[in-house]
Amino acid sequence: MSEKASFRTSGGVRGWFGRQPWYVRAVLILFFTVLAYLLPYAGDVPLLGPQIITEGIDWPSALFNMSYYVLLALGLNVVVGYAGLLDLGYVGFFAVGAYGTALLTSPDSVIYADTGWKWLMAVPAALVLTMLAGVILGWPTLRLRGDYLAIVTLGFAEIIRIVATSTTTLRGDRGFASIPHPPGSWNGEPIFGVTDAIPYFWLGLTVIILVILGVRNLDRSRVGRSWLAIREDEEAAEVMGVRTFKYKLWAFAIGAFIGGLGGVLFAGEQSFINSQTFVLQFSILVLAGVVMGGSGNMAGAILGGVLISYIPDRLRGLSFGDTDLYEYRFAIFGAAIILIMVLRPQGLIPSRRRAMELKDREKEVAPL
Amino acid sequence: MSEPHQETPEELDRENARPVDQPAPTGGSASAPATRSVSGDDVLLEVDHVTLRFGGVVALNDVSFSLRKGEIFGLIGPNGAGKTTCFNAMTGVYRPTEGAIRFQGESIVGKKKHQITRGGIARTFQNVRLFPEMTALENVMVGADAHHKTSVISALFRLPRFWREEKSGRARSLELLRFVGIVHRAGDVSRNLSYGEQRRLEIARALATNPTLLCLDEPAAGFNPAEKEDLLQLIRRIRDTGVTVLLIEHDMRLVMGVTDRIVVLEFGKKIAEGTPAEVRDNPAVIAAYLGVPTDAA
Repeated sequence: MSEKASFRTSGGVRGWFGRQPWYVRAVLILFFTVLAYLLPYAGDVPLLGPQIITEGIDWPSALFNMSYYVLLALGLNVVVGYAGLLDLGYVGFFAVGAYGTALLTSPDSVIYADTGWKWLMAVPAALVLTMLAGVILGWPTLRLRGDYLAIVTLGFAEIIRIVATSTTTLRGDRGFASIPHPPGSWNGEPIFGVTDAIPYFWLGLTVIILVILGVRNLDRSRVGRSWLAIREDEEAAEVMGVRTFKYKLWAFAIGAFIGGLGGVLFAGEQSFINSQTFVLQFSILVLAGVVMGGSGNMAGAILGGVLISYIPDRLRGLSFGDTDLYEYRFAIFGAAIILIMVLRPQGLIPSRRRAMELKDREKEVAPL
Repeated sequence: MSEPHQETPEELDRENARPVDQPAPTGGSASAPATRSVSGDDVLLEVDHVTLRFGGVVALNDVSFSLRKGEIFGLIGPNGAGKTTCFNAMTGVYRPTEGAIRFQGESIVGKKKHQITRGGIARTFQNVRLFPEMTALENVMVGADAHHKTSVISALFRLPRFWREEKSGRARSLELLRFVGIVHRAGDVSRNLSYGEQRRLEIARALATNPTLLCLDEPAAGFNPAEKEDLLQLIRRIRDTGVTVLLIEHDMRLVMGVTDRIVVLEFGKKIAEGTPAEVRDNPAVIAAYLGVPTDAA
C-alpha cells in the first residue's frame, strides 16, 4: 500500500473527497468557491435565504466581519494548530496591522503630513510591521513553553492595547478617522464605498483564498513537517536536525502576517479605529473559534471563524417569548461553545492528527 | 552468532598505515587500545577526559576513548553506569563539566543539537521517540530535511528547489525504509507500527540525516532473540555502507557478536577498553559486570 492509497482509504466526507479523481475535486472546489462569492445574495434565495441571513442587519457587512474573523482564525491556527504554541494575545497583531495602516494613511496621524499614503501603499508597510512585531515578540519568548508562553503573549496584547490607549501618538479613544478605503472605481463610482459592503467581502474572501493556498503550501512541505514534529516531540525534532527555534519563529511571523492582513482590511473598511476595538476578549474569541472548529485543520479554523462572528449576529432580532435573545447572545454563545466542546472535544472538523494526540493524552491522564 | 574477531588483518594494516612522523606502536597490536592514536586520521570521534557532574553526582568521571572510522563500537556497562549520559554528552544533550568531545577534529561541546545532527552525528532514543501521528515516510523525511535548503519562501511559492528536494527526499526516505525492511508500512501512521517496526523506523529516520556516526541507544531493548539477530544483521549492513556505529547495549551477547571494539563503564568510570575478546577476559569487567547476574539473557 502506497502512502497515497492509505490517505484515500479514510472514511467520511474528506475521505470520499480524497478518493475522487482530480477533475471532480476541481469542479467541486470551483463550485463552492463561486458559491462563497455569491453569499451576499443569499437572502434572495427563496425559503432558505431568510433562514440564513439575519433580519435587520446589513448582511454583506456581517459577511465582511466573518471574513476577517476567518482570517484571524486561519492565522492563529498556524500558531496554535500547526506549531502547537499557545498564543493568547493574537489580537495584538490584528491591532498592529490596523494601527500601521491608520498611522500611515489617516489625516489624524502625526506622520500624515509626511506620508499621506493611500490604503494600498500602506498595506505592505503595515504587514512588514506586523511580521516584525511577531519576530520581536517571538525572539525572546519562544524559548518558553506551554503556559508560560501563553502568559507572555497575553501580556503582549495588553501592552499593545494600553500603549494605544495612553500614548498621544496613537490617540487612545479618539482614534484615527478617515482611513482611506481600498482603491478602484467602476463606472466612475468607487468600488469600495461606505454604503455597499459587498466588495469588501469579496476582497476579504479573495485574501482568505490566497492565505489558504499559501498555508497549504507551507503545510505540505518541510515547514509543515517541522511544525508537526515540533508539536509532537520538540526534543526529538531538534535531535533530528529541525531548527526548532527558527520554525517556531516563522510560525509566529506567519501568524502575525495573517493577523495583520485582517487588521489592514478592517481598518480599510471601517475607516475608523480606536483602542476600544482591540480588547483582550477578541483574542480569546478567536482562539475559541479555532479550538471549536478544529485546531490544526484549516477547514475547522474557517468554520470556527465563521461561527464566532455569525452566532452572536444571528441572535439579533430573535426573541423567545418576551425575551430578546440578542441581549443574551454571549450567554447563548458560551453555552454553544461548551456544548460543542463536550460533544466534540477535538472540534467540529478535527484534524485527524490532533484528534489522535488528544486521545493519547487522555490515556496518559487516565490509563485504562 | 558469529564469533567476535580478535584482530583482523585490516586493523593491523590500519596500525601500520600510521604516518611516518608518528611514533611506531610499540609491542603487539593487543596493546593498541592502550596506546590510542589520538592524532590518527582514522579517529572519528574523540571523548577526551570528559567529566560530567549533576550537582554532587558525578555521572561521568574522566572518561576518554575514541571511535575509529568505519567500526562498530560498543559502549557497555551495568545499569546506571553512565552509558546514556555519555551518549547524551556526545550528541549535545548534556554539556560536559570538564573535558572535550571532538568529532572529526572539531569540538562539539556547546553546539546546538540540530547543528551536531547536521554535522554528521545521528542518534536513536532508548525509549522510542518517533513523531507518533506522522506516517513512517514523513518521519523519515523529517530526518532527510536536515540537509535540505528549501526556505519558507521557496516552500510557499513552490520554487524549483522545493520540488527537487521534496522529490529526492521522498525517494531517499523510501529507500531507507526499504533498507530497514519496513517500506510496506510507509503510509501508516507511526503509532500504528509494531514495536519492532518502530525501532527500525527510528534507525531509518536517523540514517536519513546522512550521518557519519550513528549512535544507537539500546536498540535491542525488548527484542526477542530472532529480532535481535535481525538487528545485528541490520547494524552490520549499516556499517557496510560506510557509517560508523556506536552501540549502547547491555545485552552482552549482542554486543560481543557485532562490535569491533568495546568500552566498559562502571559508576561513570571507564574500566576497560578493547576488542570483545579482551573485554570478556578482563578481570575488572568480569567483577563489575559479567560476574554478577544481569538481565542480559
